[in-house]
Amino acid sequence: MRQSDPRPLSPHLQVYRPMLTMALSIIHRITGSALYFGSALLVWWVFAAAMGPEAYATFQSVAASLPGQVILFGFTWALVHHLIGGLKHLVWDTGRGFDLVTVERMARLSVAASVTITLVIWAVVLFSGGNP
Amino acid sequence: MSSFRTPLGRVRGLGSAKSGTAHFWQQRATAIAGVPLVLFLIWLAVNLAGADYATARSLLSHPAVTIVLALSFFVILKHMRLGMQVIIEDYVHVESWKMIVLLANSVFTYVVGAGALYALARLTFGAMQ
Ligand code: HEM
Repeated sequence: MRQSDPRPLSPHLQVYRPMLTMALSIIHRITGSALYFGSALLVWWVFAAAMGPEAYATFQSVAASLPGQVILFGFTWALVHHLIGGLKHLVWDTGRGFDLVTVERMARLSVAASVTITLVIWAVVLFSGGNP
Repeated sequence: MSSFRTPLGRVRGLGSAKSGTAHFWQQRATAIAGVPLVLFLIWLAVNLAGADYATARSLLSHPAVTIVLALSFFVILKHMRLGMQVIIEDYVHVESWKMIVLLANSVFTYVVGAGALYALARLTFGAMQ
């Protein structure tokens, strides 16, 4: 594209030192996209329950398979992390929390919280007897 | 001072999305509404993990559960369609392609939504098998 006046251009990504905050920025987008397709799995679950015992058994056997479990674990983390990351965005939307110390602290906290909460959810499922 | 915007863009006064604050607000409103709804979905899934069909069916067709599920699907599908629209507008720059991919975004969302609608109706009105 030709420009009639020279516009300010920002340097591209590779000149920056990699940081947690930039990783989390793109991860919010990646988890959002993953959840987008995950919504179909969620509907499949409710749909199978509505269709009858056979459809539900099919869903459960896929969910209980190894790939199924890996996907569900990833789904859980993506959901929890996106929710927490989303809360962070909502705080930023009020104009708060932009100073470097707070930004860095919120970044670390959000990762720690999403990992912990995901593990707690799976621990509850595993120890409450239900084979997930 | 030079500007980030092209002269044409400045004249039109519109960004790539052709609209602005309504989309922004709906994205935030659905995000806030999504918090309790996602917590509800996690509670429901944890509750029914490994449960047999009869248990799952009877909890899912409890009126309160079905109604909150309907709300959840509505809010989440709206939120994710708006979110995906922003992603598409950020990365797809050829106008014809952008139109096609934006349509695909709507089609995907409405198909998932129709599936959800049918499932919830059947849970409510269908006989338990
Ligand atoms: C299954 C549920 C969800 C799905 C499928 C989903 C999907 C998405 C998608 C696709 C985006 C666009 C990402 C981007 O522009 O980079 C997005 C953005 C966003 N989501 Fe979600 N989301 C879900 C739940 C939530 C929840 C519960 C919250 C609550 C805080 C939330 C908060 C946000 C916010 C604030 C944004 C905008 C971020 C920005 O402006 O960059 N989302 N979501």
